[in-house]
Amino acid sequence: MFDGPSVVAALKQCGVTHVVWLPDSELGTWEAALTGSGGLPLVRVCREGEAMAVAAGLMLGGRKPVVVIQCTGLFEAGDALRNVVHDLKLPLFLIVGVRSWYALHEGKSSDSCPVFTEPILQAWRMPYTLFDRRHGAADLVGAYRRAQVERRAAAALIAE
Amino acid sequence: MSMTQRQVLEVLAQHRGRHVVITTMTAVGVWPEFSDTPLDFAYMPSAMGHGPSLALGLALAQDRRGVIVVNGDGSMLMSLGSLATLAAHPADVYVVILDNGLYEVTGGQPTAGAGRVDFAAAARAAGIPRAFAFDNLAAWQAGAAEALQGPGPAVIWLKVEGRLGQKTPKPPRPMPDQIHRLQAALAK
Repeated sequence: MFDGPSVVAALKQCGVTHVVWLPDSELGTWEAALTGSGGLPLVRVCREGEAMAVAAGLMLGGRKPVVVIQCTGLFEAGDALRNVVHDLKLPLFLIVGVRSWYALHEGKSSDSCPVFTEPILQAWRMPYTLFDRRHGAADLVGAYRRAQVERRAAAALIAE
Repeated sequence: MSMTQRQVLEVLAQHRGRHVVITTMTAVGVWPEFSDTPLDFAYMPSAMGHGPSLALGLALAQDRRGVIVVNGDGSMLMSLGSLATLAAHPADVYVVILDNGLYEVTGGQPTAGAGRVDFAAAARAAGIPRAFAFDNLAAWQAGAAEALQGPGPAVIWLKVEGRLGQKTPKPPRPMPDQIHRLQAALAK
């Protein structure tokens, strides 16, 4: 279970300095925790490709951002992701909400978003971990720390 | 009198101060004639259109240092929304738009907005009041200091001559070397 307060606490535990985001309806529930007292600086962008580049600039400047977006935005941001991860070789960390994941697996949705999220990440050679209701913020901390220790990019997929 | 890319970059080099300068597209090939310090970052290979966003991230990370990004009109059109993002996060970012109405590196095809888009007005409409427009060298020489030394964000729209037959330039050094020396300079 991922909620705003636990995610903010997890990100702080990881030493994250900025959250670059364009949330969907589920991730958007974290807004109050992110903007509340003791939250993390939010960098709001207009399109997800921008988020990748803003995060790259923050990393070049010595900060530790995460990018929080929906899977639809991940699809849009492909070239920016490719550039940051494979050209600049920066340890980009994404938190991606996977729209309709539960509904698809329960046979209740024909939304194509969850169908393509993992194959897209595989195509971009982006390591990822899928988290569902059995997981929580501590798992997010683990995924982030593994990526940082290995100095690589990674994505945490949040089933929605 | 119209301006060449080389002329406008020479003026920019005279007024950049201690700002980081990020170059994109064909400016990557010309800028080292005027400056090639650790604070000059050739964004190549790049994701076209994302120079201003990269500059914003860098400026947010290094809040005592301004960042100039030299962008083309074609690149700017790919990410016009980044102007609204810049307006939402005040930081010393200076977006210099070299507007020749062309995609030079692909052979000189016109952009969709060639001759029609007013980038200074677009910047103001997005919430960036410090927007400047220069269409001749004398005016740019006279106005560069004010544009580059005031607070950011600022957008500086420069009308320049288009060039045909250009090839994609090569950056002065590989990306890992560029990143290493930029980060070392920023850490001082």
